[in-house]
Amino acid sequence: MKEYFELLFTGAKSLLIGLGVTLRAMIKPNVTVHYPREKIAISPQFRGHTDLVKDAATGTHKCISCMMCEKDCPCGCISVAGETREGVKGKVLTSYLLDFTKCSLCGICVEVCPTSALEFSQEYELASRNIEDFHYDLLKRLEARG
Amino acid sequence: MEMLNLLPPEFLRIVISAIIVVAFVFLNCMVLGYAERKLAGFFQMRPGPMEVGPWGLLQLMIDGVKLIAKQLIIPKDSGKMLFRVAPLLAFMPVAMSFIVIPFSEKIQVRDMDIGLVFMLGIMALHVVSTLLAGWVSNNKYALFGAIRAVAQNIAYEIPMLLSLLAVVFISNTLSMQGIVKAQGPIWNILVQPLAFIIYFVAAIAETNRAPFDLPEAESELTAGFHTEYSGMGFSLFVLGEYTNMFFVCSIATVVFLGGWSGPPLPFYAYSGIIWFFLKVYGLLFVMIWVRWTYPRTRFDQLLNFCWMYLIPFSLVNLLITVVGVKLLK
Repeated sequence: MKEYFELLFTGAKSLLIGLGVTLRAMIKPNVTVHYPREKIAISPQFRGHTDLVKDAATGTHKCISCMMCEKDCPCGCISVAGETREGVKGKVLTSYLLDFTKCSLCGICVEVCPTSALEFSQEYELASRNIEDFHYDLLKRLEARG
Repeated sequence: MEMLNLLPPEFLRIVISAIIVVAFVFLNCMVLGYAERKLAGFFQMRPGPMEVGPWGLLQLMIDGVKLIAKQLIIPKDSGKMLFRVAPLLAFMPVAMSFIVIPFSEKIQVRDMDIGLVFMLGIMALHVVSTLLAGWVSNNKYALFGAIRAVAQNIAYEIPMLLSLLAVVFISNTLSMQGIVKAQGPIWNILVQPLAFIIYFVAAIAETNRAPFDLPEAESELTAGFHTEYSGMGFSLFVLGEYTNMFFVCSIATVVFLGGWSGPPLPFYAYSGIIWFFLKVYGLLFVMIWVRWTYPRTRFDQLLNFCWMYLIPFSLVNLLITVVGVKLLK
């Protein structure tokens, strides 16, 4: 008999505490970010597709066309082209194409790069119906960034 | 206008009342549907529907259009006729219940002598539609849902009736207006707090709402008795459920919270409707609040709670009330 009433009182008490919790949650400001209208800064750790790093000293990329990224890429989505020019030491990058439809975002290219010429971009709004939108020319992207 | 004079006034009264009632049923469903989703959002610290119209106000209208436009699929081996009848059965009785609800002193379709009994009878009809829907769907989930609904409603009808009976003994009438008038300034909730709590718990179970929403437990039974329903058939069930919620809350308001009585306003015989709606929607808020607070009970817990707590307590409450009424008179 004692148990019967004990259960009733502890039960009723915990139910009331529960109602209190939800009522407090109701008057708290809500935490939703209304996405298309409102955006929050994303973490610097975010791993988007790769982009060429802009070197502040020279004002251009740091790529030496060593082809390490192209060779190491497990998905085969990178194609780098470079040429030797008169009077310039080493190779000059002519195009850096990234087929993002195949990329698995593993980041091996970023790790393997001897000059740290690659970084992850912060791009995340990538929806498109056109497959060509995901074939990036990173050199052009670098120029577009100014 | 000449034509209207030829019709008997009573006939006109019936038609106008019916139109107002059906319009109100749909409006109430939209208001409650919106309130439920909005409040569910607030309880979880998110804003709820926001995209359609200002503050998502038109969301329910869009949903209504979507549901009307959808196909009503009838399963191959179901009872074709009864499958169509069941949603109507879910909707019509609760719409009928508006006949006796006293919105204010003068706004009421009919003041029957047996108003309360009529309402409870109508409420008991609602479970028939649930059983029918589950039975004719030819789907095991639907059947399980229906069986659970019947077991639950039979169990919870008893404490509900016993707690209302205690009030009837005090006010000495079954007419809805009579019960409101018998209360005076001291509402029955102060005289019968235990009966009110028992009634409210039983009412939540009776309307199959969380934490007692076992007939439509998604995790176990997909959607319970309305698994096979789509389009307007489904929305009639939802309409029935929301109207039923309004209906149990209006009984609670009439019986325990003094109905339309409150601080007098101008044209009090009509403006009492404001107090009535304030009280009803206050209770509906509590119902929504409870739904978004508690997880679903297990079936044995549900029945144990009823048979071990609600029924003995309502019996004791009834006994004390009867003895008290006898001694005081």
